[in-house]
Amino acid sequence: MPQLPESKQKVKFYQTGTFTVGNRLLEQDHRTVQATIDRSNSLDSGHRACQGCGEALGARFAIDAAMRATNNQLIAANATGCLEVFTTPYPETAWSIPWIHSLFGNASAVASGIAAALKVKGRADVRVIAQGGDGGTTDIGFGCLSGTFDRNDDVLYICYNNQAYMNTGVQRSSATPAAARTATTQPVGDEPGNVFNTGKSVPLVAIAHQIPYVATASVHDLHDLELKVTKAMQIRGARYIEIFVPCPLGWGSLPGDTIKIARYAVECGMYPLIEGEYGEITAVTKIRRRVTVADYAKLQKRFAHVFKPENAHQLEQLQAIADRNIKRFDLVYREGDES
Amino acid sequence: MLKQIEGSQAVAEAVALSRPEVISAYPITPQTHIVEDLGMMVKSGKLAPCEFLLVESEFGALSACIGSSAAGARSYTATSSQGMLFMMEAVYNASGMGLPIVMTVGNRAIGAPINIWNDWSDSMSARDAGWIQLFVETNQEAVDVHIQAFRLAEELSMPVMVCMDGFILTHSYSQVDMPSQELVDSYLPPFQPRQVLDPSAPVSMGAMVGPEAFTEVRYLAHHKQREALKLITEQAAEFGALSGRDSGGLLKEYDCAGKETVVVTMGSVIGTMKEVLAEMRQEGHSIGALTVRSFRPFPIEALQEALKDAKRVIVFEKSLAVGMGGILANDIRMATRGLHLAVHSVIGGLGGRPITRANLRRMFEKGLNDQLNRIHFHDMRMDIVNRELDREKAQRRSGSAAENILSDVGLVAAAKTI
Repeated sequence: MPQLPESKQKVKFYQTGTFTVGNRLLEQDHRTVQATIDRSNSLDSGHRACQGCGEALGARFAIDAAMRATNNQLIAANATGCLEVFTTPYPETAWSIPWIHSLFGNASAVASGIAAALKVKGRADVRVIAQGGDGGTTDIGFGCLSGTFDRNDDVLYICYNNQAYMNTGVQRSSATPAAARTATTQPVGDEPGNVFNTGKSVPLVAIAHQIPYVATASVHDLHDLELKVTKAMQIRGARYIEIFVPCPLGWGSLPGDTIKIARYAVECGMYPLIEGEYGEITAVTKIRRRVTVADYAKLQKRFAHVFKPENAHQLEQLQAIADRNIKRFDLVYREGDES
Repeated sequence: MLKQIEGSQAVAEAVALSRPEVISAYPITPQTHIVEDLGMMVKSGKLAPCEFLLVESEFGALSACIGSSAAGARSYTATSSQGMLFMMEAVYNASGMGLPIVMTVGNRAIGAPINIWNDWSDSMSARDAGWIQLFVETNQEAVDVHIQAFRLAEELSMPVMVCMDGFILTHSYSQVDMPSQELVDSYLPPFQPRQVLDPSAPVSMGAMVGPEAFTEVRYLAHHKQREALKLITEQAAEFGALSGRDSGGLLKEYDCAGKETVVVTMGSVIGTMKEVLAEMRQEGHSIGALTVRSFRPFPIEALQEALKDAKRVIVFEKSLAVGMGGILANDIRMATRGLHLAVHSVIGGLGGRPITRANLRRMFEKGLNDQLNRIHFHDMRMDIVNRELDREKAQRRSGSAAENILSDVGLVAAAKTI
């Protein structure tokens, strides 16, 4: 590519209304994997994901980035779930990489086994990813996941977090946020939706395992996602990346709002983007323009009940959760911070 | 080479001779010594190249083998009892995907009430899971059958369980003739998978199959198991020619040809039985025995042939299908349909209850005198059971049946000593 001529105009570094950096303004080797002609299309077109599916988008970018980072020497183990179902019913497959689905709760153990096989066969060049949704990761697959972390197996586990069991019809998982409506946390009774003070943060649990690398990412900033996956693939040992992937079907949101919702989740403080290495939080993505939880929640029917006058306290409590995250991870951007 | 060796250690050595590439290990009594010994061999470099994975659960143990086998590595694990139940989802998955994993089952009871001693409840819980299940009589046979199991599994793309009586075999010391590495290498070629996860030829494994093809996929698994009957026989014969030993195969006859009464069983209990039966034959009784060595696939034709002259079959098993009766007995009844045999189902040895020459002799004599019920519980104290039934009739909150029964057994035992 020829060097771009120096512009006399002030360079508009961010795209309109966002803080997303325009790809063509970046230096060659910082440009997104998806913009390169040699991207691997690991998750190819023709799959059966819903319109606006955050998971399909996240998986496509994550796996293509991992493919570039490993010179296309990649094997993936997939938990049961939407990603498995919408990409593969035999005899079709949307995967152009070696891919295995075994069970709902064992993707990380299967990946550990693959990594062991590659090690014994002297194939250090071939790398392994395990991937699943939040149910397969934070609930039923949690024991195996912890085992992979504990042994520091050479596996990158990617959790596509859409905050409920979407494949089975939107039931609560331990990643479902407070107040959210799911099929098992209906918006009825005195405290409608999911119960407050429940659930767990698997990224923080992963950091507590003192593994080499942990990160959270979101599909509104795919470039950041690619960078984190690329970084993860340059490290040996157990790594964990959780990607925030809105689900229009389960959240009751417009397919066209997927990116916006993902951005708002981060910008309101509900989904902090962090990185951790060997037990310490090493980086956070600062919020450049803060939005309220109400801005974020009003785009999703799963939170519709928190806007009723009688449930005003729920919205306040949600905002308090976001405020606590912002304080806890020091997410507010100050002049001079790295963006 | 002749060795005086513990069963578990002998199995570990046989597995090591088979050059496994990935072993996953989780401790559960009574198989634990096997993986401990293998771990030692890997750590010391005696067994190399081999990866030894210390997993967080039995579910993880078999899941890791699913991954390593799918990536083309010869994979092994061992389990028992509750551990096997905990991995059950992966048990079905491994066979469904045609992954030739070899797994030792140190046979043990399943709770509640928790019980760590020997019976076959664990293996029986997976009898329909699509694995080949080979039962062994001695530690020598355990050694030989493990080596055969790898070849059988890999040739068929089907996982194999080697079922050995927990403690009775796993923890007992006996003389074992350990095959040489040369013998094993000449018998067992390197693993050539039918399908493998390989970036140079990407495949998608384990995807969904709908109603339009599921029956055919399942039938194929059944068909392959029926075909395996021939292969099991051939490979046992081939191993026998190399080793000079009769191990593996479908059945083993113990002087049962032409006998009126044939005792059918599996595993190590035949060791005690054959002495009793020899004694009884000397006294003029027409009684012999056979063991089923391949429980899955079930050798229907071979059994029909072996039992064609019998009048009465006594099936002795350490397993119970609660609400039905004997599991092996039911399969024997199925297999001998048309032979017009009287098949008696005897259930014994549950949870490690000792099976002695004396109590076997009493039971066999009952059988010869047509005094055995259709289902007979060997060496069971019906009076103890009746006490608990009476208690339950007398009061609603009768407490833990297991505790009550144990107390009664204790009282009775104590009363005996007075």
